Amino acid sequence: MNPEGLDAAGGWHDAALAAALLALAPSYLGGLQLRALPGPVREAWLEGLRELLPHGAPVRRVPLHANTASLLGGLDLAATLQAGRPVAQRGLLVECHGGIALLAMAERAERGTVAQLASAMDFAEVVLERDGLAARHAAEFGVVALDESVGPDEALSPVLADRLAFRIDLHPIGIHDVDEIGVRVADLAAAREHLPRVTHVASDTEQLCAVALSLGVDSMRASLLALRAARAAAALRGADRVDTEDLAVAARLVLAPRATLMPAVEEESPPEDQPPPPSDDETDQETRDSADPETAQKLEDQVLEAAVAAIPEQLLASLQAGRVPRLRAQTTGKSGAVQRSKLRGRPLGARRGDPRTGARLSLIDTLRAAAPWQGIRRRRRAERSSGTKVLVERDDFHVVRFKQRAETTTIFVVDASGSAALHRLAEAKGAVELLLADCYVRRDQVALIAFRGESAELLLPPTRSLVRAKRSLAALPGGGGTPLAAGLDAAMALCDLVQRRGGTPTVVCLTDGRANVGRQGAKGREQALDDALESATALRLSGTRCMVIDMSPRPHASAARLAEAMRGRYLPLPHADAAKLSGAVQQATGVPGAP
Amino acid sequence: MPLPFPFSAIVGQEEMKLALLIAAVDQTVGGVLVFGDRGTGKSTAIRALAALMPKMAVVPNCPYNCDPGADKPGLCAACSDHEPTGKPRQVPMPVVDLPLGATEDRVIGALDLERALTQGEKAFEPGLLAKAHRGFLYIDEVNLLEDHLVDALLDVAASGENVVEREGLSIRHPASFVLVGSGNPEEGELRPQLLDRFGLSVEVTTPQDLKTRVEIVRQRDAFERDRAAFVKRWKRKDGQVRRRITRAREILTDVDVPSDVIELASQLCMRLGTDGLRGELTLIRAARAVASLDGETEVTPAHLRQVAPSALRHRLRRDPLDESGSSARVQRAVAELFDA
Repeated sequence: MNPEGLDAAGGWHDAALAAALLALAPSYLGGLQLRALPGPVREAWLEGLRELLPHGAPVRRVPLHANTASLLGGLDLAATLQAGRPVAQRGLLVECHGGIALLAMAERAERGTVAQLASAMDFAEVVLERDGLAARHAAEFGVVALDESVGPDEALSPVLADRLAFRIDLHPIGIHDVDEIGVRVADLAAAREHLPRVTHVASDTEQLCAVALSLGVDSMRASLLALRAARAAAALRGADRVDTEDLAVAARLVLAPRATLMPAVEEESPPEDQPPPPSDDETDQETRDSADPETAQKLEDQVLEAAVAAIPEQLLASLQAGRVPRLRAQTTGKSGAVQRSKLRGRPLGARRGDPRTGARLSLIDTLRAAAPWQGIRRRRRAERSSGTKVLVERDDFHVVRFKQRAETTTIFVVDASGSAALHRLAEAKGAVELLLADCYVRRDQVALIAFRGESAELLLPPTRSLVRAKRSLAALPGGGGTPLAAGLDAAMALCDLVQRRGGTPTVVCLTDGRANVGRQGAKGREQALDDALESATALRLSGTRCMVIDMSPRPHASAARLAEAMRGRYLPLPHADAAKLSGAVQQATGVPGAP
Repeated sequence: MPLPFPFSAIVGQEEMKLALLIAAVDQTVGGVLVFGDRGTGKSTAIRALAALMPKMAVVPNCPYNCDPGADKPGLCAACSDHEPTGKPRQVPMPVVDLPLGATEDRVIGALDLERALTQGEKAFEPGLLAKAHRGFLYIDEVNLLEDHLVDALLDVAASGENVVEREGLSIRHPASFVLVGSGNPEEGELRPQLLDRFGLSVEVTTPQDLKTRVEIVRQRDAFERDRAAFVKRWKRKDGQVRRRITRAREILTDVDVPSDVIELASQLCMRLGTDGLRGELTLIRAARAVASLDGETEVTPAHLRQVAPSALRHRLRRDPLDESGSSARVQRAVAELFDA
């Protein structure tokens, strides 16, 4: 396809093709994830897309913090009061019907927003059950998710990404590479008409599914979207049937960006046998192809090659290195878990409640709740009318709910045994001090657990105080055995405490991993290591973010095993100084602002 | 509402399908939770089941779908006050969607806005809970539901009755329904209270063999291209499933549960250390539903074995030192107990 990899011009070509296909059938293809920073290239692409859409098709921007009421619609308070009857307000998603929803800063969109988008996409309608209104509105639209993420920490919600056919990266494309989309509006309109008549053969489906499987694309939606993209590509060419070229387009634009495995293309033996066409149903609409298996295999290889050639370079490198960027089951990202709060944070909507319990009154929602009752109340109070304009009663009170990020508490578990103390204790102390200074800025907390001899000791309970931390650090003695399990158990107990207080703990373990004292103070390396691994596993199962810093002069396998048991990051730092150590921790715990 | 995907055309996912059928046969099993990967047809299956359910008889003009054959406590105020008049109507069993972002007033029921504003009248407008009475209440992305809504739902699901007290409105009406929830574990864990509320829990994963995957895409594509024709093609098979449900419901009360099977269920629960009796009850009820679906008159250990993972996997205490998932633990215990 593209011998020099994805050069910028080729990149634009694909981006333009994706735009044309999306404009051809927005809701059929779900949408497109557009990775790009705001700028002329992105604007040019969006402009190109807009021009290709049918005349009058809406393109609505869905702002980052659109709340449920504005997305789905609800009661229009002003109009309701004026008209004296409930007046519904149309939601943003309903207004997108027949066009495109542009989700700005999509990587930061909230779960709720994403779930509502996804639900509207799945059923092509918005179901409203709010504010005493019940309605269904058609909402068929495609989503363009403007993904402005830069680091690997941020990513578009998988719920949404799964439903969007294409992923386009405009980062490598400069303004000079920008060209026309290269498709005439009239041609596109004709293709739109033609799409339902495009046919494909059974082996097309098989090929796309096989390619998806060998690229490690798990979701069934991806395969289905690839098939749809292939049909759209055929329609765009004006062809009646999907051919290899269309399959290659689908593989390149839909499947390749989702790859999690590096397929073995050059394999000699034919990989899995082709599935025999299911015998029972001649009911399928697909026309059966009589192509012999060998040709089919060749075609599949072509399609696969096309996909592999289009796998983004970075992804390719990390796939080859065996590092698969899979999402972890826990929430990704750096910040603490979200919690609800009465007074601080980002507003999360309102609910009925008593403002006297310390929450903040939401005036608009209170009035909204009171609005329908005005007639009844006025009549009831007619005899003792005091001339109040709006009659508000206690049941109407709504309070605002906020959510805020929970505090992060970094728990340092420091090996102060004889083996470690000699080299590294001073450095570890220095790193903790540096981090503490940083935490002070970020309002995070730090705790310190040291283990030596036969037990672990909580030297510094979670704190933000620089002075206290420095003092207890200075007093940290060294020497003795390495009761690693005891140290981790103490960390586990502290994690529990932090979590119960609503914080998010992160454990950073500085050790050489050479445990020689077991849980009950038993001596013996093997028992000690087993105990330590068990504690590490428990820590992992509690869902705590962990990392192990190997501070021995020569990195040792046991520390790496420990990290593996915690499923935490392992960082051998044979000659780190305090500044480097702190930098590494900041990177691993995803804390920004490291100079 | 566009035509739903036919239930019998769903490829694979046997455990999920069986759990839904069990809930359709015996409502007292207490809800189904479907947790799993994206794009595995969770919502599809539940909506498909809705289209499949046999019709039910209701009191004419009753907003709460009262059962003409029910005794007094199960009826709404109007129906229990005066004997229902008119011929009972046959209506499809309700399968009510609880959409994301639904507000409390629409779920529980509230003042009828239209009448309050235009006529200044105080009238109760039944919410989704009333609509779901005697049917299914389906919550997609159940782990994204707001806490206060979850609380309200749990309360009603436990009591079978919805009580609304607000500014002079004082309404209580029957609301017993099967709670069906689906969600993705990556979106967050479910609160244990809610977890326990579901009788059965199913884990779904994406199939990994090519043949199944091709089949899924093929069916889905055929469905999308011509919904009506596709649904028609599967009508006969769907009809078979519907008849199976109807028949199973008829014979359910006649299915015998031998005491050795009950004992086996207790042993299994003890071995797994599940809390309370709910696990055993669900296990036996589900096994009985499976037996009736199979058209048999007696529950056998094989039935028990078939439903044990769904009935028990979400009731296990988390053991921080056991790495294997709860499904594996149930299966291990079943194997130890049954094969011994």
